[in-house]
Amino acid sequence: MTGTTTLTATAAAVEVHGAHKWYGANRVLDGVDLTVQPGQVAVILGPSGSGKSTLLRAINHLEQLDVGHVSVNGELIGVRRHGERLKELGERAILAQRAGIGFVFQGFNLFPHLTALENIAAAPVATGRATREEARATARDLLERVGLADKADAYPRQLSGGQQQRVAIARALAQKPGLILFDEPTSALDPELVGEVLAVIKDLAGSGTTLIVVTHEIGFAREVADLVVFLDGGRILEQGSPAEVLDNPQHPRTREFLSRVL
Amino acid sequence: MSEQSIPAPPFEVADRPPSRTPSASATSDAPSDTRSDAPLSRQRVIPLRHPGRWIATAVVLVLVAQFAHGLVTNPFYQWGRFQYWFARPVILQGLLVTLEVAALSAVLGLVGGIVLALMRQSRNPILRAVSWTYIWLFRSVPLIVVLLVLYNFSALYKTLSLGVPFGPGFVHFNESALATDLVVATLGLSLNEAAYAAEVVRSGILSVDQGQHEAAAALGLPRGYQFRRIVLPQALRAIVPAYVNQLIGLIKGTSLVFYVSLLDLFGEVQNMGSTYPGDVVPLLLVATVWYVVLTSVVSVVQFYVERHYSRGALRTVPPTPLQRLRVSLRQLRERADFGSTVNS
Repeated sequence: MTGTTTLTATAAAVEVHGAHKWYGANRVLDGVDLTVQPGQVAVILGPSGSGKSTLLRAINHLEQLDVGHVSVNGELIGVRRHGERLKELGERAILAQRAGIGFVFQGFNLFPHLTALENIAAAPVATGRATREEARATARDLLERVGLADKADAYPRQLSGGQQQRVAIARALAQKPGLILFDEPTSALDPELVGEVLAVIKDLAGSGTTLIVVTHEIGFAREVADLVVFLDGGRILEQGSPAEVLDNPQHPRTREFLSRVL
Repeated sequence: MSEQSIPAPPFEVADRPPSRTPSASATSDAPSDTRSDAPLSRQRVIPLRHPGRWIATAVVLVLVAQFAHGLVTNPFYQWGRFQYWFARPVILQGLLVTLEVAALSAVLGLVGGIVLALMRQSRNPILRAVSWTYIWLFRSVPLIVVLLVLYNFSALYKTLSLGVPFGPGFVHFNESALATDLVVATLGLSLNEAAYAAEVVRSGILSVDQGQHEAAAALGLPRGYQFRRIVLPQALRAIVPAYVNQLIGLIKGTSLVFYVSLLDLFGEVQNMGSTYPGDVVPLLLVATVWYVVLTSVVSVVQFYVERHYSRGALRTVPPTPLQRLRVSLRQLRERADFGSTVNS
């Protein structure tokens, strides 16, 4: 998948600098700095309303930051450098940047009028990355990879929640992204379906793709994460390896949160 | 109680309960159900009777029969003259004009409506304001007024020209040559239709979940593709029923073009009616039947279009009437087969 690691040695997969975001008078992000190295799995934890989803959505410019900037593989997202200043990018350029970043939604957001296969094959064709035949062949491979080879012609509403989310992950993979963002991928699922989705994500963790996962699954974080980030009130209170943050939290808020979640 | 030993048929045999033999009910009077040899779970439930429904049905049937009888026997309707006029070339010519105007305005109105709806969703405030004003204006002005203003348009503007705004024109049109009755009628209906279609299309776009827009954006799909392949197909599910409503209104609205001296179906009927005053009623019936035929065709088309766009929205697509007929025929046959095996 990511045999093309043509990154400069210094470029982090994701860098967020001084991210601030307000919704009206409500401060959602309050100076977030985050660095994720290529191939790493970063898990973002935090109570609801702590700004996790906003941070994640800012990384592929679904949300625009009020202050601060994001770069992916050294490339600024949503803006370009113009001398000393930053200029907003046009929609076409932003869409092109997003095509290289996978995004998996909490509510799946599969296209209900397209079959599983069409959902996966649509974007590579529409963005000119593959011909129709190539895209369909890739889509079949991806469906097999997420264990749904027999569901190619099923419409999303004919699938269970777990199956839909696996198709959504395959859809994100079809663009061959170097980075995939997961926004609470298992929160809308029945407990018994959570495992099958997490298994697919775990499978990706070893593949060299950079993953940033917002989740409440502490067990998953402990097992898979290289970096655990604890966010509260729009600030990163703590970050480090799972052993540091989950087993030996320094900040009282982290301890309180973990005691409630575990 | 012989029938209780027969395995229950896989479907309803008839909507009345299995008849018990009179002797059985006479000998074991009261709770024969619980004391029968077959276990309770294998017995068929006796459907509840609905005497009220039967009475209502009878009353309605009598009224309908009375109405139909009156329709046939009342000489006032002059069915002979109806038959005479129904497929006259004059009438068919009018019908053709109606079809032409309705079809053109439906297409132009829908295209205009999509453009207006997109303008209203635009981030450009001027486009939004223009679209809002257009819709406001054309929904406020009666169609007949729009038609009559357009009809008199050539008196207001003698020529139309294409060229630099406020500057010299390159191409000049003579308005009266350009504005034939058909053009005026189609234009008027389309302008009116576009205003309503815009709101129908907008409601369809609004009915698509925000997550769909986000998913399309997150995948980096080009803007036009997002609209054509992701949003519009889902919006059409909400658009089609509302737009067909609009379309039926349009078909009937074409009868107003008579006032801009275009002889459509209604126009021809009016015309013939003033020439043959005795035939006014049968002529109106002719127009009625043709309009009913047109809207019926539209309704049938609607069924199949809706069915097409329900792909994925429903777990199973509803069967077409033909498929339903085939299923009920098969059931009838199975029922007959079952009956013959029971009898033998």
